Amino acid sequence: MQQQELPSARAAAMSSSSPPAGAANAAAISASEKVDGFTRKSVRKAQRQKRSQGSSQFRSQGSQAELHPLPQLKDATSNEQQELFCQKLQQCCILFDFMDSVSDLKSKEIKRATLNELVEYVSTNRGVIVESAYSDIVKMISANIFRTLPPSDNPDFDPEEDEPTLEASWPHIQLVYEFFLRFLESPDFQPSIAKRYIDQKFVQQLLELFDSEDPRERDFLKTVLHRIYGKFLGLRAFIRKQINNIFLRFIYETEHFNGVAELLEILGSIINGFALPLKAEHKQFLMKVLIPMHTAKGLALFHAQLAYCVVQFLEKDTTLTEPVIRGLLKFWPKTCSQKEVMFLGEIEEILDVIEPTQFKKIEEPLFKQISKCVSSSHFQVAERALYFWNNEYILSLIEENIDKILPIMFGSLYKISKEHWNPTIVALVYNVLKTLMEMNGKLFDDLTSSYKAERQRHSVGSIPEPTYHLRIIATISF
Amino acid sequence: MAGAAGPGTGPGAAGGNGDDSLYPIAVLIDELRNEDVQLRLNSIKKLSTIALALGVERTRTELLPFLTDTIYDEDEVLLALAEQLGNFTGLVGGPDFAHCLLPPLESLATVEETVVRDKAVESLRQISQEHTPVALEAHFVPLVKRLAGGDWFTSRTSACGLFSVCYPRASAGVRAEIRQHFRSLCSDDTPMVRRAAASKLGELAKVLELDSVKSEIVPLFTSLASDEQDSVRLLAVEACVSIAQLLSQEDLEALVMPTLRQAAEDKSWRVRYMVADKFSELQRAVGPKITLSDLIPAFQNLLKDCEAEVRAAAAHKVRELCENLPTEGRETIIMNQILPYIKELVSDTNQHVKSALASVIMGLSTILGKENTIEHLLPLFLAQLKDECPEVRLNIISNLDCVNEVIGIRQLSQSLLPAIVELAEDAKWRVRLAIIEYMPLLAGQLGVEFFDEKLNSLCMAWLVDHVYAVREAATTNLMKLVQRFGTEWAQSTIVPRVLVMANDPNYLHRMTTLFCINALSEACGQEITTKHMLPVVVKMAGDQVANVRFNVAKSLQKIGPILDTEALREEVKPVLQKLGQDEDVDVQYFAQEAISVVARRLHRPPGEAGVIPDAEGSERGRALRVRGRGQDPGRAHRKRAARAASEAAVEAAWFGGTDAAKGPACQLRVNPRDALALLEIADLVPFSRD
Repeated sequence: MQQQELPSARAAAMSSSSPPAGAANAAAISASEKVDGFTRKSVRKAQRQKRSQGSSQFRSQGSQAELHPLPQLKDATSNEQQELFCQKLQQCCILFDFMDSVSDLKSKEIKRATLNELVEYVSTNRGVIVESAYSDIVKMISANIFRTLPPSDNPDFDPEEDEPTLEASWPHIQLVYEFFLRFLESPDFQPSIAKRYIDQKFVQQLLELFDSEDPRERDFLKTVLHRIYGKFLGLRAFIRKQINNIFLRFIYETEHFNGVAELLEILGSIINGFALPLKAEHKQFLMKVLIPMHTAKGLALFHAQLAYCVVQFLEKDTTLTEPVIRGLLKFWPKTCSQKEVMFLGEIEEILDVIEPTQFKKIEEPLFKQISKCVSSSHFQVAERALYFWNNEYILSLIEENIDKILPIMFGSLYKISKEHWNPTIVALVYNVLKTLMEMNGKLFDDLTSSYKAERQRHSVGSIPEPTYHLRIIATISF
Repeated sequence: MAGAAGPGTGPGAAGGNGDDSLYPIAVLIDELRNEDVQLRLNSIKKLSTIALALGVERTRTELLPFLTDTIYDEDEVLLALAEQLGNFTGLVGGPDFAHCLLPPLESLATVEETVVRDKAVESLRQISQEHTPVALEAHFVPLVKRLAGGDWFTSRTSACGLFSVCYPRASAGVRAEIRQHFRSLCSDDTPMVRRAAASKLGELAKVLELDSVKSEIVPLFTSLASDEQDSVRLLAVEACVSIAQLLSQEDLEALVMPTLRQAAEDKSWRVRYMVADKFSELQRAVGPKITLSDLIPAFQNLLKDCEAEVRAAAAHKVRELCENLPTEGRETIIMNQILPYIKELVSDTNQHVKSALASVIMGLSTILGKENTIEHLLPLFLAQLKDECPEVRLNIISNLDCVNEVIGIRQLSQSLLPAIVELAEDAKWRVRLAIIEYMPLLAGQLGVEFFDEKLNSLCMAWLVDHVYAVREAATTNLMKLVQRFGTEWAQSTIVPRVLVMANDPNYLHRMTTLFCINALSEACGQEITTKHMLPVVVKMAGDQVANVRFNVAKSLQKIGPILDTEALREEVKPVLQKLGQDEDVDVQYFAQEAISVVARRLHRPPGEAGVIPDAEGSERGRALRVRGRGQDPGRAHRKRAARAASEAAVEAAWFGGTDAAKGPACQLRVNPRDALALLEIADLVPFSRD
């Protein structure tokens, strides 16, 4: 009867979802959409309009300077062009408040047109990125994109369910990012000059922006950072280290960072390029950062990228397989079935590339876990685990080690073939049992009969052997 | 085995009785290595028992090395271990041997999981106090240095929390080293470590010599406060409070204020938020002079910050800030420098800001006095009472008592009523629930006439709310109203309307009648209960819904003590007996429980009831008496009993099936017979919640 509308009784949460006309909206929800008098979460969410937000950066700026259009770059003579280019860059350093949609309309439009012109200018002309321009270019980019990200206006923002808050000044910021990319990708671009401006501090600020709630921005950032990593050799170690720090903070401190998936995606390609043998630093990153990252609450948001990184490592160095799998087993989800399915998916990806010798090292603990998953009462978990038996390579590994694996798996498989509530699972289990029987019929028969004998003994309800306790008493020593 | 005889008391004392007495210890030790995490965890939580049984010698030479070696485990187990070791000094042989505990705690202090690490640091801090000064320098300080120089950030973050506990007791040379280590951690290249250092800066400052504070802590503070990461800068704000308390006004102005001013205008809203959040502490730390010259302007800026988070945090502090101003000239300062900003906030665009303000604004009335309140604050209250956001209105209403003291509630009643009515019908049940809680207060302040006229119907409407929590609160509310307005009022106004609901077609409403009777009977007294309520309850015993019937049984048990024995014998008993034969097992159960209580009051031997065959088992008797005494055991009692029972039950389950091992029960063991009874009780207690 008593149903919790929201998990926390926090007063703030109480009204966080009420749009201005709360009462009117509530009335608009028809009775059929209510469960026990409450509106479903999805219904409430749908009513919320898309919102956008600005940033804290306008607070210090006083009265806004009005922009005056400068002549077109293409109309200028080549002597004047450079000067005009810099003027335009400086003009674009001025920021406008997009939260106020009616102010400075004319100036906003001038800036937009100018940015467009700049994008086109650097991408279609050769020889325009001269040494003297770098400073102004980087200044313009910094002025526009570097800002303190505003507080999320939804404190319980759930990236899987909620609409992200979009950046209000996107019409300008997008063009700045576009310009930045064209600049980095231009054949005239010289890292040796740019490194004076694109330094550690710059990269640090860039990385902080990955926390932006706006997915469009994070997408640009991903490409930008990837290019910087590629072109600035001197910044590589620094970038890796900072990502490392961001991840550690994410795992152990805040559990919140919007750009994890994007950073992992970049890392995927970074790992791909690691030289062999792997440095200790990289291995440490795998074991101390990537593996613990599996514990995160929002794993679903970046699991694909994370698994990709892990598999990349294993493809580079197969000896890492054992610690990685043991790490995953250590962090195996205990209550979250959705995460368990993801873990199983990752294990399968790992098994796809595993070497038979490595497989032997972890088969026992691994198959004990798989055996638990197979008998999970959540059918998706059981199903995902049973799908392993559709994988040719895994089958061949199992067959090679059937003597070890069958005894581990047999009990659960046999039991669920009789007891699982879900018919699909039962059907799958029958197939698996059949496959296993074909691999080693003799062992299978032995296990069947000993399993039955065991059951028999238990059903009689015998008292556990007294010798067990005696043995413990006899061995109180370390 | 021989070494198991512990010091005098406790389980160890049972050592002389042969193998059996060690049996539970054997199980515990064995389970330290069990595959099941839960069992390992249970075992770790009993670690002190194991140590006590093993004796100090074996604890030092065998148990601790074992624990140090097996530290790779689930974080949950490690957390329990870290906690246990903090209280282990006595178990390893007292302060002289406290250093034996350092190795396992050192490993725990390098674990990745923050909670484990923090707990290990906490335990280390505890143990450090138990070291002698010599042992501290010989064992503890080297450990701190090792941690501070660790490769991985985890050990360095842990080190940050340990400096302040060894500093005051170390010699001058060691002190210099400690400061040196702390300095280098403040400029560590991982932000995690800098954050840890920043968060311990204030704590360390307190134990340093004043000169060192000025020459070393202040520069560190300045550099952390201008760190590139806002997460570090905001921690420096916290440290500012402690540092400011240590310095003279002059030093404060010269050394700290520039940084604080900068923090109040930091480009990151998180830092500004922190300043707002710590405002009262800062205000106290810097004293009245700097408050007036610096903090008030800063506060004005925070109140009109561009981020709602910051404004809300500042708004929360308005009252405290005003209260802490020097009484002389306070009124003028508030009127001229604070009030104009507050007026703006009343119509803020963000509801959290408005509701933060609404939660404190009423407090200003006591500071400003009657006239100012009527002239300046009242319009603001009235505006907030009409706010579109229910939380704002609710916060105003919930603080009405402040205003009542100054100007009386009548001034507000005209605006109050519509606000209350609207909240009472709010679509969110938490809002409805919240307003109910203020009803008794409002009723008291507005008087019975106003209440009958305007609010009574609301109170009755809540009884049929579709959310149980609201109905439950509504019944409690009625009880409080009766306590306030008296039984006569109850009989004429409330009782008839409650009793009518007994015929409602909806069984939930019929049950509400019973719940109301439970709540009201005591307040209404014997006469009303016997004459008006009891007949209705008795009639409901024939209800077709089993839930109603077993609630009848519970109600009868509840009102039993209020009735006289005649009514009990003539009316209650036959009904309960009938319910005792009900087809539904729950009804039977509650009927029998009620019978046993009623029977006791009728001075019959309890055996007749059939539920309690004997009450001699001491543990069990105690637990049962709490429930069964029949003199309204009261909620707190019951909860306590339930907790005790369930703890005992856990213990019982833990040793369940150990009947085989007889012998004198050591403290760990619970007599299985009692345990069984307790288990039973633990099962029943939460069930009989009302």
